[in-house]
Amino acid sequence: MKKENFIWNSIKIGLVAGAIGIFLCLVGMVEIFSKRDVVKDVISLGMFLLLATSVLAGFIASRRTSDLLEGNKAVSNLLAGTFAGLFTGIVLALFVLFSSQVNLRAVFLNVTPALLELLTFGQGTDGVWQILVFGTVAGLVGGAFLLLSPSIRKPIVNAVMVIIFMALFSSLFRVIMVNQSGGIEKAAKYLFSQTGLTANGGLIFFFGTILVSVLRSSQAGKVQNLVDKLPQKGKLSLRVASIILLAYVVIMLPNAAGPFIAQVVVIISLYILMGLGLNIEIGFAGLLDLGFVAFYAIGAYTVGLLTSYGEFGLQHVSFWVAVPIAVLVAMLFGGLLGVPVLGVRGDYLAIATLGFGEIVRLLAGSDFMAKYLGGPRGIIGIQKPCIGTLGEFVAVDVPRVCNGIELGKPQEIYFIAIASALLIAFFSYRLRESRLGRAWMAIREDEDVAEALGIKLVQAKLLAYMLGAAFAGLGGAIFATLVGSIFASSMQLIVSINVVALIIVGGMGSIPGVVVGAIALIGLPELLREVSEFRFLLYGAALVTVMIAKPEGLWPSQNIRRELHREEAAPIPSETTS
Amino acid sequence: MSILNINNVHTYYGNIHALKGITINVEKGEIVTLIGGNGAGKTTTLKTISGLLQPREGNVLYNGENLGKYKAHEIVYKGISMVPEGRGIFTSLTITENLEMGAYSRDDTQGIKDDMERVFTLFPRLKERRNQVAGTLSGGEQQMLATGRALMTRPSILLMDEPSMGLAPVLVELIFDTIQQINQQGTTILLVEQNAHMALSVAHRGYVLQTGEIITSDTADNLRNDPAVQKAYLGME
Repeated sequence: MKKENFIWNSIKIGLVAGAIGIFLCLVGMVEIFSKRDVVKDVISLGMFLLLATSVLAGFIASRRTSDLLEGNKAVSNLLAGTFAGLFTGIVLALFVLFSSQVNLRAVFLNVTPALLELLTFGQGTDGVWQILVFGTVAGLVGGAFLLLSPSIRKPIVNAVMVIIFMALFSSLFRVIMVNQSGGIEKAAKYLFSQTGLTANGGLIFFFGTILVSVLRSSQAGKVQNLVDKLPQKGKLSLRVASIILLAYVVIMLPNAAGPFIAQVVVIISLYILMGLGLNIEIGFAGLLDLGFVAFYAIGAYTVGLLTSYGEFGLQHVSFWVAVPIAVLVAMLFGGLLGVPVLGVRGDYLAIATLGFGEIVRLLAGSDFMAKYLGGPRGIIGIQKPCIGTLGEFVAVDVPRVCNGIELGKPQEIYFIAIASALLIAFFSYRLRESRLGRAWMAIREDEDVAEALGIKLVQAKLLAYMLGAAFAGLGGAIFATLVGSIFASSMQLIVSINVVALIIVGGMGSIPGVVVGAIALIGLPELLREVSEFRFLLYGAALVTVMIAKPEGLWPSQNIRRELHREEAAPIPSETTS
Repeated sequence: MSILNINNVHTYYGNIHALKGITINVEKGEIVTLIGGNGAGKTTTLKTISGLLQPREGNVLYNGENLGKYKAHEIVYKGISMVPEGRGIFTSLTITENLEMGAYSRDDTQGIKDDMERVFTLFPRLKERRNQVAGTLSGGEQQMLATGRALMTRPSILLMDEPSMGLAPVLVELIFDTIQQINQQGTTILLVEQNAHMALSVAHRGYVLQTGEIITSDTADNLRNDPAVQKAYLGME
């Protein structure tokens, strides 16, 4: 009875994995990713996806069998893994046969001959049997993997992860390293190919990681002891040293890595600014705002109007004067939005703010405001920041001359963005610890009780809107300067959604969480060009995964962590009973 | 002059006439209780006093001053503090943080420290668990915390909404003992209760509320011996 049971279970898992494989093919991931290599001439990224699906199916089936049969029984586990892998292969093989007979392309654009070629290892329908072998072996490997002891399993998983990571970012590392001289350049060419890792590189990373993991698990205690034994002064200097090292990397990065990386970092910083702003509203005060892009737009347009040498420039002041004004204007609008929606709570607040965001975007792009804001033509010719004095304004379409250093390139604006993000993060941190931060926290927990404790709801809520808007306004101002032009069409609702998503993924109310969220959701898709096609698919997947696996976010704040892990917080610390 | 006068107050929820002209006086230093069944308007009365609801007619005087022009948070600053029904503590904060939140309206650091010690003396159980998250406390401890938090505003009058709700009999007695202690330390108390027996045993005077109207009021002892009250609220035949 039980035996049939686990085999049927494995077959089911195999069928699901096969369906996932077909899905990956249909959305075009397999084909696009197969242009990238994990290890050159060995396996492409697209193939790796399918392989990983079958191995995972084998592993899950094997683990499920252990649950069903209560304990590991090597033969059953291997059998379960093999069946799961075989059926994954069968589903994929059927898919190949079916799509070679019936033209699916009318509906599924991604079922190209190239894809079928790829799936059959370049042998057409005659090669279908290979899929079955491929799947079965992968499933068997997955099943066998469970039988290894965890101390062996972990280094292998780490090594595979490192290889994938290195392969995904190979172009990034390659660019940085090739720009250096001598040995580093040679090492780059030895380790990385144009599209992924070289075979040598793969081996080096694989065994390197295994070595490091094994060493770490055996030696971690000793190192920790060593650090703990350091005198107070030594610990401090260790921290100072690591901060200096980090600062050095941050300062040297743009020159070493070039404009593309610098621009990505600037965009991450802008999202960090917006994230920190919205974090005040959502994370601290619990006010869900879906129209946050409006403040970003207001900051950007204010800087545009104040510094542009194009036809819509009202003034032609310098960047340094325009930015504080932009922040103030955004703050003012934050207050203006706050007043009408003060009495609105929860879902209704989200809808009301959503409307506000759309109103600002539509107004900015409308013919009605085109006389002042340029309508769909936008505002162009935004003056770059200049350290030193700006020359006279001569005429429309002639930039003012910068007598000093002009910060025009992304590598230079990088510093402004990083400095702003640091400043605002510090400001945010101090705000959270302040009296106002407490008031926000009380409002988030329970508005009525907060009021009954003497918290001025109106004041605290308005301040949340205004400060949140100010941070976003600063982000918008830097964005306008970076790009040199603004168009209403870049202020889409999706920007607001992105900011909300990065806060949720990072951890609500957590300042480091915003940084982690921005890097994960904004930075990674920017760096991985191939992935950016599937940006929203991955967003959805990331959000669902985070919500299930780590509902408090990647780097949660203490309160949220305590709330979601009450059992762990419950024990009474004995030293406080005194 | 009484510390709190509620004069002919009518309060509505939309079109529902919840309080139909009630008049209550609370003298300084008293424990006054408001007893009555479900839906009698007890909580509505407290919400009207604390400014969370506005009376449509009538007024609430505090030391002779009309509270009508003040907002809920300003009333807290004046010295009226409420322990809300269902306790309303901040579940994800620790006990200490909850108490600090109670002192939100104050900025005298030393005074806050002293008052926190006072709360911990009243409720030693809270002191033991001061760094524990409030959501992990038992119902009785949460009630203690809510009471302690209200005391952190250093109120001259404390409004308590159903402190016995959902508590074990032992804890109910503990809470009511503490209410008496707080009162002896000089805080006037207006206590709303369904547990009329307990309420009348600690209070000086009581009011009986029924569907938004006061049907009788007297000293606690007299109410306890009133046959009508005994029958309706004390479960005696």
